[in-house]
Amino acid sequence: MATYSLNINNEQHTFEASEGTSLLWILREHLGLTGTKYGCGIAQCGACTIHVDGTPVKACMLQVQNFGNGQKITTIEGLSENADHPVQKAWIEVQAPQCGYCQSGQIMQAAALLKEDSQPSREKIKSYMNGVLCRCGTYLRIIDAIELASSKKPLT
Amino acid sequence: MPKTAKVVNRREFLKSSSGVALFIGVSGILPQLISCKDVKAMRNQLKQHQLTAWVHLNEDGEITIYNPAAEMGQGSMTSLPLLFAEEMDADWSKVKVEFSPQVAEIYGGKGWAPDSKLMFTVGSRTTNSYYHTMRKAGAQARYVMLNSAAKHWGVPISELTTTASTVFHKKTKKEIRYGALVPFLVLTEELPDFTFEQLKHPKDFRLVGTDIPRTEIPSKVNGKAQFAIDIRLPDMVYGVLERGKRHGARPTLLNEAEILAQDGVLKTIPYAYAIGIVANTLEQALAAKRLLKIDWSASDASGFNSQEVYEAYDKIAAQQETGKVVVEKGDIGNAMRKASKTFTSDFKNDYIYHAQLEPLNAVIQVAEDLESAAVWVGSQQGFDTKLGVPDILGISPEKVTVHLHYLGGGFGRRSMNDFVEECAVLAKEMAPRPVKLIWTREDDVTHGAFRPISLQRLNVYLDAKGQLDGFSHMVVGDGGNLVASGVHNDYYAIPNQFAEWREISHGVRLKHWRSVGHGPNKFAIECMLDEVAMDQGMDPVALRRTLMANSPRALATLEKVVELSDWNGSIAQDRAKGMAFVEHGSLGTGVCEISVDTATGKIKVHHFWIALDAGVIVQPDNVKAQMEGGIIMGMSSVLNERITIKNGEVQQSNFHNYPLLRMEDVPDSIETALITSSEIPEGVGETATPMVAGAIANAFLKLTGKKLRHLPFTPERVLEVLNG
Repeated sequence: MATYSLNINNEQHTFEASEGTSLLWILREHLGLTGTKYGCGIAQCGACTIHVDGTPVKACMLQVQNFGNGQKITTIEGLSENADHPVQKAWIEVQAPQCGYCQSGQIMQAAALLKEDSQPSREKIKSYMNGVLCRCGTYLRIIDAIELASSKKPLT
Repeated sequence: MPKTAKVVNRREFLKSSSGVALFIGVSGILPQLISCKDVKAMRNQLKQHQLTAWVHLNEDGEITIYNPAAEMGQGSMTSLPLLFAEEMDADWSKVKVEFSPQVAEIYGGKGWAPDSKLMFTVGSRTTNSYYHTMRKAGAQARYVMLNSAAKHWGVPISELTTTASTVFHKKTKKEIRYGALVPFLVLTEELPDFTFEQLKHPKDFRLVGTDIPRTEIPSKVNGKAQFAIDIRLPDMVYGVLERGKRHGARPTLLNEAEILAQDGVLKTIPYAYAIGIVANTLEQALAAKRLLKIDWSASDASGFNSQEVYEAYDKIAAQQETGKVVVEKGDIGNAMRKASKTFTSDFKNDYIYHAQLEPLNAVIQVAEDLESAAVWVGSQQGFDTKLGVPDILGISPEKVTVHLHYLGGGFGRRSMNDFVEECAVLAKEMAPRPVKLIWTREDDVTHGAFRPISLQRLNVYLDAKGQLDGFSHMVVGDGGNLVASGVHNDYYAIPNQFAEWREISHGVRLKHWRSVGHGPNKFAIECMLDEVAMDQGMDPVALRRTLMANSPRALATLEKVVELSDWNGSIAQDRAKGMAFVEHGSLGTGVCEISVDTATGKIKVHHFWIALDAGVIVQPDNVKAQMEGGIIMGMSSVLNERITIKNGEVQQSNFHNYPLLRMEDVPDSIETALITSSEIPEGVGETATPMVAGAIANAFLKLTGKKLRHLPFTPERVLEVLNG
């Protein structure tokens, strides 16, 4: 066991854990940030997508000891103040989620996409989002939501 | 909920005023009054005034409606309360929705046995089975409001009207909000038992049929929605199991001492088919699981190779003896003997896995005295509302409290209790510490319960005039209804029909998978029709139009989708359209447009169009979402998915070798036309998925003249067919 201190959603979290523990278990089971989901554990489904210094990464592949150097970790809980990120608003507008389990990962990946490219083409959306699985089949609505969030049209 | 219920009469109730709650059972005419002598405690328990078992109302006019069904993305958290609110004339902006307690007696829907009640969310039955129940309960709640206002104002109840949580008396120009009526609520000895005809006519609906945003969606975009896997309790420990790749094999643990010596490991627990480990943290439990050395016994699945088994199926299909007859209409033997032409085709499908994105899990806390338990779970429930936990603990069902959470996908997998029972065993060992059991994705795949492999042999007989006179459908496979559902052709006017099931078993775990046998069977039926149509030089639409002549609702979906998909319009040379009809409660006809990469064998689906008749549509946009999801899941299973078994061992373990459809392969559009209807709503969750295989294979037949007859249509198989 060792003590770690991580910057998550602009808060410093200090806790004990074993070296090698995946960041996913730290977030979910140690710190209660359960919006980030476990789906496969091998970076195949993207349900655990978070941002590290603004870059989307799969938390299941990361280990706790590598993130104590001031990296800024952002989870779905810290994406916006009041769930009012344009992507989140668009997600509600098009009623994207079904079971909802994959949607934190989808939203984190989409938010990173729009930060990189505010007007992505449909092909760009598909390739950028390709690593995040949805079993309920909400992909078309996710594309709609990203296009809506990327448009200049103000969201209701 | 009050734990001890005592029936009291109305006067007694009125004396104790708000310290009493009124419950109305689903079919009960008499309101059952539940008294509590300690008014304060009662108030604390109920917090608000409870009108009926289905609803709370407080002075601010806030209305809480209970949803009795699981929410797995199909929208029950909105559709059922909406039916209630419609009849109550509730102001929807004031409505909150919560899961109902797990009490089948009050909240159960129609069970399989006559007069039985069950709380389960399966078979796309939710809206259909609660349609009358929720509306009647809503109408009764409205009656309580009307009756109370009538007494309060001293006017006849017949002169009152309601809209959006307000009672009006036109003559005196009086009006009062439901919330303001709370201090004046009075109860009658009996509530009217509203019949279907006494409820609103669908044309008068104000909420039902409009696009109301789903109530739980905001919590699904901010990470707050609680799935059972998200539950954390004080002093909680973690459980994992190693189950082995061969279903039914018995384990012998070879290194127990080593496992128990690992950091944080508290206990190993043997099961008939697994070894369980409990540890302080999840990572400790998983680390110990990786170190397990287990000797696995042989099982019924030993020696079974799923990719070599079709020969055995073929032998069974060739036997003279008939299997279990499922459909017998007219005289199939006569149709066969007088046939002017006979068509015979075989269809096959490999095993597939549910792949619900939330791996199976549960949290259970058993009391120190082992006499009670609490369960946190995402479940479609089942024949036992308490999920098998009472039997494991040897206690009565009342001693088990189930907290239902959102399901990260169900698709039939979560109507099985295996994971809950496993957790109960661990929790009993660890009592009173709560245990969270998590299946890894590898556990979820290898110890899955699959849609069975099967073979369909279809024979079609034309009479002397070339009319479709006989249709014979043989299913060979394991699991009875799991392979035989969907062989009925009730909407096709074929005078002689016969269907049978022939059994074979391999010791592999099986379960309902979204649309069950409809997937493979509709594939076979719809492909067979196009095969006949092509041979007879008929358009597939023309053939189905003839067959649907006596089924106006089915025919309407066909005509509508022909229009929606521009079936007769021009199309690029390298593309083709194909269609399939499905009945699964609701009726739908689907059309897809595909192309094929002849170098790689990859099929690309460009568009999908569906026309659907599901009776009254409660939430139109949500029904469309179900169609979209059903098609995508269908495409995934038809184009990509298969579980293979070698010497009894499941060969796949995670999404790298069990690939689900990803965003790059979605069609450009999925469009749904909903047929307007005032008939009783029918389920929509499983109507789209079984359209996919037939529609794609029929488009492929039109495009290439070749027949796809084995699911899934992987690129290798497609190439084989193209080059064959």
